[in-house]
Amino acid sequence: MKKLMSGNAALGEAAILSGCMCYFGYPITPQNELTEYMAKRMNELGRVFIQSESEIAAINMVLGASATGARAMTSSSSPGMSLKQEGISYLAADELPAVVVDMVRGGPGMGNISPAQSDYLQATRGGGHGDYKTIVLAPGSVQELTEIVPLAFDLADQYRNPVIILGDGMLGQMMEPVDFDNIKPPKEYPKDYVLTGAEGRPSRMIRSLLFDTKEEEEHNWKLVRKYHRMQQNEIRYETFLIDDAEMVVVAYGIGARIARGAIKRLRQDNIKVGMVRPITAWPFPAPILQELAKTVHEFFVFEMSAGQLIEDVRLALAGQGHIHFYGRPGGVVPTPVELYRIIGRHYYMASGRKQP
Amino acid sequence: MMTRTIFSGFGGQGVLSMGFTLANAAMLEGKYVTYLPSYGVEVRGGTANCTVVVSDEEIASPVASEPEFVVAMNQPSFNRFQNILSSGGLICVNASLVNTDSVRMDIELLSIPTSELAEKLGTIKVGNMIILGAFIKASGIISFDAMIKNLAELLGEGKSKLIKLNKEALEMGFDYVKE
Repeated sequence: MKKLMSGNAALGEAAILSGCMCYFGYPITPQNELTEYMAKRMNELGRVFIQSESEIAAINMVLGASATGARAMTSSSSPGMSLKQEGISYLAADELPAVVVDMVRGGPGMGNISPAQSDYLQATRGGGHGDYKTIVLAPGSVQELTEIVPLAFDLADQYRNPVIILGDGMLGQMMEPVDFDNIKPPKEYPKDYVLTGAEGRPSRMIRSLLFDTKEEEEHNWKLVRKYHRMQQNEIRYETFLIDDAEMVVVAYGIGARIARGAIKRLRQDNIKVGMVRPITAWPFPAPILQELAKTVHEFFVFEMSAGQLIEDVRLALAGQGHIHFYGRPGGVVPTPVELYRIIGRHYYMASGRKQP
Repeated sequence: MMTRTIFSGFGGQGVLSMGFTLANAAMLEGKYVTYLPSYGVEVRGGTANCTVVVSDEEIASPVASEPEFVVAMNQPSFNRFQNILSSGGLICVNASLVNTDSVRMDIELLSIPTSELAEKLGTIKVGNMIILGAFIKASGIISFDAMIKNLAELLGEGKSKLIKLNKEALEMGFDYVKE
């Protein structure tokens, strides 16, 4: 049975069904409906909800809850995410699972509250200090959240690493029909690191302070090996009409959704454009782009930022092919028709054919 | 077939609930639908609006820069949104509050004396449902009969006492618009 829900509320329900036992949040538009939803539902279920005094407090509460073995989540939007970076770095260093939601808004600074994709690099490059990575999942519809959220909790537990859900203001605010039928009860993961009181067993310690440089270096290489395993096993993406494509669009989240509308129109004009939509922004689906570059020369990056995703596309293609770019920073959401015109023009310029 | 509608008016006129009811009814008919509320720096008594897209196939964007339909419950909304309506589109207006002298010549105007009609039902609170009934008749986006059938589900548990009143309001608006 489908229900009409906002992305924020659907994300909350999906987290609850995925076994989220603790939610800590501090208000910020455009993700407030998630905090509101959790305030009501977590209390009904006898789970933990705390509206913290700040974003920094919230992420540190997540760290504490995670250290006891509980599935814990916090959420925010761009300026608030910047504040959480210290805690995310500690979570990564401590190898603690956590799910952190970012409903991105226009920036930099306070920016505005409109949907944006300008925190891609912050999310995919660790975001805080130190050599660390987070898995970054980028859903494109309210229904897709019901797959992404349980996946986020599972990956966090499996790798003992923070996982970022990278949405945007529109995904959070928009209502769409959604059902939660595909969410299974949460799996059990080994919890041999959690702090539950040492009675009857040797005591444990969770810490990221490693004064001995050799020890710290070893810890870093251990993390790196984990990130390599993620890159090998966790890349996820969706392709759309790439079999005969002469130009391949790369876009994610809401941007990919708008691009899909544009591509459908281009196909009606017999323009052979397809798309690769990264579902994991990190690890980035570089292999599919490298594969496509054997037969396709034209790539088109579209994102609601001044150019961040394009860096990953450049790295993936490593000089092969030609990359076109269209970005709208500042919280502007272009229409599918606008994007249809832009991609069409680039296509004709690249092909040397005359635009009808 | 895809239709985009902007519902707009003062905060408190039931603008968001109009859009939500339409979106919910369309979903129950099995259509693709998105509902996007304006969540800007709106204040109580200020303007509110939401965009509802109803389609037979996947919806690329929940934003409507050139909607086919606009429902305007107050003057500022009429002034603002008639300008972005696509040519040949329909604007459905709360005639009790809105002066439509400046209406564009290339769009269709449907004026509903909402307050006067609502008074017959004894409460101005259902003005939004009157205009929604009229809008559904004029636009044909969803089946009115199916909507009335699903009304209990659409309004939710909290409003079970108000089903009869809302049904009367929707029907009053629906019947006000001639074929």
